[in-house]
Amino acid sequence: MDEQRHKTAQPQGGEGKAPSHGTGHHEHHPELSWWRRYVFSTDHKVIGIQYMITSLLVALFGFGLMVVMRWQLSFPGKPVPVIGPLLTAVFGANLAPGGVMTPNLYNSFGAIHGTMMIFMAIVPALFAGFGNFVVPLQIGAPDMTFPRLNMASFWTFFVGVLIMLGSFLVPGGAAKSGWTSYPPLANVSDTGMGFEPILNGQTLWLIGMAFNITGSLLGSVNIIATIIQLRAPGLQWMRLPVFVWSELVTAFLLLLAFPPLESAAVMQLMDRLFGTSFFSPDGLVIGGRHWPVSGGGSALLWQHLFWFLGHPEVYVQILPTMGIVGEVIANNTRKPLWSYKIFVYSLLSIGFLSMVVWAHHMYMTGMGQSITTFFQIFTTIISIPSVLLGTVLLLSLWGGSIRLPVPMLFALAWLPMFGIGGLTGLPLGWTASDMVLHDTYYVIGHFHYMMAPASIMGLFAGIYYWFPKATGRMMNEFWGKVHFWMTIIFFNGVFFPMLIQGFAGVHRRWYDGGAGWQMAQPVLWLNQVMSVSAWILAIGQIPFIINFFWSIWRGKRVTSDNPWQANTLEWAAPTPPGHGNFTHPMAVYRGPYEYSVPGAAHDYLPQWVEEESKVPEPKLSSV
Amino acid sequence: MEIEIPYNVTARPDTGAYNAKIGIWLFLASEVMLFGGLFSAYIFLRMGATHWPHHLLNVPMGLFNTVVLITSSITMVMAWTALKMRQFQSYRRWLGATLVCGVLFLCVKSLEYKDKLHHYGVILNNGQEITGHLEMTPEEAMKSNVLRILPDAEDAGSFGYQLQSIFGRPAAAGEEKVLEIPKSDIQWWSNFTPRYSTFLATYFTMTGLHGLHIIGGLLVLGFFWGPGAKLYRTNPEHLANRVEVAGLFWHFVDLVWIFLFPTLYLL
Ligand code: HEM
Ligand SMILES: [Cu+2]
Repeated sequence: MDEQRHKTAQPQGGEGKAPSHGTGHHEHHPELSWWRRYVFSTDHKVIGIQYMITSLLVALFGFGLMVVMRWQLSFPGKPVPVIGPLLTAVFGANLAPGGVMTPNLYNSFGAIHGTMMIFMAIVPALFAGFGNFVVPLQIGAPDMTFPRLNMASFWTFFVGVLIMLGSFLVPGGAAKSGWTSYPPLANVSDTGMGFEPILNGQTLWLIGMAFNITGSLLGSVNIIATIIQLRAPGLQWMRLPVFVWSELVTAFLLLLAFPPLESAAVMQLMDRLFGTSFFSPDGLVIGGRHWPVSGGGSALLWQHLFWFLGHPEVYVQILPTMGIVGEVIANNTRKPLWSYKIFVYSLLSIGFLSMVVWAHHMYMTGMGQSITTFFQIFTTIISIPSVLLGTVLLLSLWGGSIRLPVPMLFALAWLPMFGIGGLTGLPLGWTASDMVLHDTYYVIGHFHYMMAPASIMGLFAGIYYWFPKATGRMMNEFWGKVHFWMTIIFFNGVFFPMLIQGFAGVHRRWYDGGAGWQMAQPVLWLNQVMSVSAWILAIGQIPFIINFFWSIWRGKRVTSDNPWQANTLEWAAPTPPGHGNFTHPMAVYRGPYEYSVPGAAHDYLPQWVEEESKVPEPKLSSV
Repeated sequence: MEIEIPYNVTARPDTGAYNAKIGIWLFLASEVMLFGGLFSAYIFLRMGATHWPHHLLNVPMGLFNTVVLITSSITMVMAWTALKMRQFQSYRRWLGATLVCGVLFLCVKSLEYKDKLHHYGVILNNGQEITGHLEMTPEEAMKSNVLRILPDAEDAGSFGYQLQSIFGRPAAAGEEKVLEIPKSDIQWWSNFTPRYSTFLATYFTMTGLHGLHIIGGLLVLGFFWGPGAKLYRTNPEHLANRVEVAGLFWHFVDLVWIFLFPTLYLL
């Protein structure tokens, strides 16, 4: 083993040095079978990539659902071109007669689009994909603390995805009650004639979510334990890269906010399977018939439990991207973040505050004045750390000698998108203005600015940034730029008009606009703008997909383990890192963003280099 | 091949814990939130309810189960200390006792469930509720247009009555006459299943979920009593850690019951 180490132990991270290959640990063990290496692997990097690929595929699927829905919104009741016959073939003549979307199919697409995008695409990609791949590397650990549990989380999540996808194929189609699954609608939908008792859309939604939640709970335990236990010597808390901080806060949110939704899912399952009345109020009448349950439940109870998760969940989707953008910006401005401390404390306070703002989603339910006041105050307060975070990132640009590789473009674009998302949130946080905006396209515009332009910009920034570490090759710059411009322009083409339509009162969930569209004639032409933008946005992802796969095998090889000349530990590992990650134990000597330190030999000073002026010595590698 | 993960068995100096201990505490935090969700649902529904039943559950049985679980927590600690002192035989005995307690708990619980499913409630058109036992088979009751019900005794909610009723027909019973209620007077009738009322829905859901936790705990402890105990020969400290972690889970499950018992049986 030692001999092997010395062979691969070379000054790490210098420019122009050939990258090492992470095979150091392999040669002494019997080779794992293909299945154990790539499918049922316990290696955090493989699991991270599995999460990432699964989530990207889910995201593509969820995007596809939306692309079809946009047809219905622009040309209501007309057969969907090109894939119309496919819809009829898959969903049957009941749901898609002659290639036309029926209201039920539209509702299914909407519900599953929201659910899968949030719970099975963005969160697993950002939190679990990057979390698994990057966090152990960034803290100098050989793997996650519980590798087998890690594998279990992925497969639990994966089963959840399959159930959710499979729910399209059961009689009556997938769930139709929105990603929020509000009862009593969700209690009564997909029941009765023509529906199976268990194999129906809404019940499968609940079961799929239960798997998803369980998987993410196991995952968050693992991430937190890893960060607490496996930091390399010298990696004190205030030396952690901001991405690790953001994962830590995210993991705590998932850990503490998800279980109440799991209990709510159990209760809704009880309602659906055993006829209980957790969420069915007294005297519920459905379709003119007294609904045969005891009553005494409360639909508001579901909303509270749902949003107790739901709000932290939205931060789960933005926090990791803050970390990613922080890493990329510090690296490409070649200077420290404007204030690491403010950044970290803001992350922590967002974490705490996001647990006490949930009922701002429920202003219109008549909860009462005092409760509303409480939630307005905290919703307003939470925007302070959000603004601070944005400010730190913005000011970090000041006076930097900025490089503009593709990841940096995405990171820079994240800033204004986050700004629009945050500013449009404020009017929703106050009852007076929320009264007119609630349940309109304005809300859809607000949150998509956060979760689509912002989060997904962060996601792409991360992919382009860490791709060379994962594969040993760079993604193509030119096609990366094409992808970037297509994405940023058409994202805005899709979502900005939503804000305008929302002001005109266009309702967020209606299949054909209903009476609302009569009032909103002047803004209806925007439907076409949005739909066309969405379709071009879809085309704009093709360069990415091709670039991604082409670069895995054909991309330009990196010439060093540290192609971005970054400071954090993942760049000290071989490329790609082998099982067990580092060829020698890591030790940390300084903070993560010591760029352009006066008097230093290079404009970056990696965390793992002991002496600032000296090139790292082999001595370090045989500790 | 597994990578060796640091601090799997020994504690990390600056955090003072080995990995699994951090892991289990985090897991328990999420469990607190899981049951917290259910408890807040209970409070929410009860605050909004016009009517909330009392003394529906058999307090002596619940109390007995509480004692059983507390005992099992003690034997669990003893099992762990025995392991720490490297007394393997004693460890097996104490852990065995814990397992017996857990199984006993489940037996009593299933008796209680069975009782509930044989207990009936009728709500008349005027809103009055009558609870008692069917004096006919459930099949007959479904078909017939009269329900024959022996109503519960006046003091059926008292501790003494409930205690006696476990072992047979209480002395205080007997004055009640069988009622014959025409179905046309009835708004809603059924046995005490979860769907009968929100109270029973919460009761079955919360105790059911708790029961699943007991079963999970028993499986884990059973493993460490049986095949898992082999680790003692190669790495007794590692086994002690695992038993400690499983024990923490077991204590948590007991603790949940200590909250469930007063909430559901007494309040
Ligand atoms: C300054 C920060 C923010 C404020 C003040 C804010 C405020 C609000 C309010 C009050 C609503 C409810 C609107 C309504 O239904 O009438 C809302 C909805 C929403 N927000 Fe935000 N928000 C903020 C940041 C975020 C972030 C960072 C995300 C996600 C990354 C996000 C995602 C969402 C989502 C998904 C919904 C809609 C959920 C639904 O009804 O389907 N928000 N926001
Ligand atoms: Cu919110």
